[in-house]
Amino acid sequence: MAAALETVGLTRRFGGIVAANAIALRVEEGARQALIGPNGAGKTTLINLLTGVLRPDAGRIALAGRDISAMPRHRRVKAGLARTFQINQLFPQLTPLDAVYLAVAERDGAGARWWRRSGDDRQHVAEAEALLATVGLADAATTPVHVLPYGRQRLVEIALALAARPRVLLLDEPAAGVPEGEREDILRIVSALPREVSVLLIEHDMDLVFSFAERITVLVDGAVIADGPPAEIAADRRVRAAYLGEEPHG
Amino acid sequence: MSAAVEAGFAHFRRRAAWRPLEYAFWIAVVASLLVFPRRLSFINEVAILGLFVLSLDLILGFAGIVSLGHVAFFGVGAYAAALFGLAVFADPLVGVLVGGATAALVGFASSFLILRGSDLTRLMITLGVASLLYELANRLSWTGGANGLNLAPDPVFGIWSFDLFGRTAAIASLAVLFLLFLLARRIVHSPFGLSLRAVTENRLRAGAIGIPTHRRLVAIYTVSAAYAGIAGALLAETTQFVSLDLLAFHRSADALVVLVLGGAGTLYGGLVGAIVFRVLQDVVSDLTPQYWEFWVGVVLVLVVLAGRERLARIPANLYRRLGLEGA
Repeated sequence: MAAALETVGLTRRFGGIVAANAIALRVEEGARQALIGPNGAGKTTLINLLTGVLRPDAGRIALAGRDISAMPRHRRVKAGLARTFQINQLFPQLTPLDAVYLAVAERDGAGARWWRRSGDDRQHVAEAEALLATVGLADAATTPVHVLPYGRQRLVEIALALAARPRVLLLDEPAAGVPEGEREDILRIVSALPREVSVLLIEHDMDLVFSFAERITVLVDGAVIADGPPAEIAADRRVRAAYLGEEPHG
Repeated sequence: MSAAVEAGFAHFRRRAAWRPLEYAFWIAVVASLLVFPRRLSFINEVAILGLFVLSLDLILGFAGIVSLGHVAFFGVGAYAAALFGLAVFADPLVGVLVGGATAALVGFASSFLILRGSDLTRLMITLGVASLLYELANRLSWTGGANGLNLAPDPVFGIWSFDLFGRTAAIASLAVLFLLFLLARRIVHSPFGLSLRAVTENRLRAGAIGIPTHRRLVAIYTVSAAYAGIAGALLAETTQFVSLDLLAFHRSADALVVLVLGGAGTLYGGLVGAIVFRVLQDVVSDLTPQYWEFWVGVVLVLVVLAGRERLARIPANLYRRLGLEGA
């Protein structure tokens, strides 16, 4: 069976720097997988390649067996690949309801309708409200996003990604910048996602990684150096070397 | 759960609902025809300027596209209507439609130039396209060059001919303005309009929720060009004359000033701005026939000094306080 998301020989250079070096990444259906790596390992480049912000110099990307390497960004979303951003990328002046409603309508191909009033399509409003309730934003549905505290804005990020009904969800440091007390909310929402959604978590916070992931992929210098269950990764000498600067012993 | 859905539904309905002041505005507009029967030509001009600025608001206020060459579509619409009237069919309504359609085509073709790049790039490109068309109209023989073209449009619906007092002209222009305003209002409050705001606020995120950002910008730019073309065609039909002045740079600049004065992104800003601007111009030119441009210049400088953003907020806040918010 085809993986939910798979890359083969994915390569991208910036001048002389190889930011992605023949990356082979495999995310199984229903996976709870984490992608880790030290700063500069190429995590951001990989996400940008997957989502179509960057074009690869070589290699290809398959979503559920379908080659999406040449698809523009918005088409990949429609094909089932959604993401959240490490730093909030939201619509500050809109309300969470506006934004999530729009994302839902857009997924259903109703985003180009100019002859209908927004909100007249009741089922899209209902779905948006339900999504906001899922992430715990029901009470803030009609509060402009820029007024919300950062932690709650992070929840809008997640709701927007879920609105696409993704097959694969890329969570780019979902808890970054969130105060300690609110991190659990995010972890709880992420853990409660249905298994139809395969999740790839890109994260620095090792507590979060090890409490969430069933499989961990380690990226160093643009290449995958290890891939396996958490216990195996924790014991891997190359991984420890990359993270702690230890010299791997013979 | 269902209470939340009802609340959400009410949220959208409330935003798109007609405010009392909007009714008052349009009643006042119609009343102006009766109150100022001697100023009908002036009302016609204001209506056309209002429509032209509304077209600029569609791209600047709702899609964040700055333009210093919006007159290109105004002029193309005017010339297309004039040439069609002279060569094919002199019905003014058909002429206006032809003007709008031709401008839409030019808008669609040039929209691909403004998809990428900064505001500065867009200013230069739109300015360049407008200058190009101006020179074309100047050089070509069939546009009448510097002499322009005289038109003899048929009566509207075969009944009302364009009279000396501008009665037919004013009524026709206001009717077109009102219909196109209703359409613009619907567009702004539609999912398409919402997606434009999303693209304006954060293009990266807009793409990440599946919005085809380029296609949306092309669409609104084309619609805006059609609006501008219809405004130009209206001026051609109602004044029965087209000349290079209809492609002149000052019209782009005026539209921008009027929109900033009135408040971009409100739909009404362009209309209110057009009224204020033209009445101001009229009053000042009565007081100092030779120096009125000086005072208009003073206003311009003040706009720049006070800052576009800050000034634009004043009417926006005013509208909000009066419950007239456009979007």
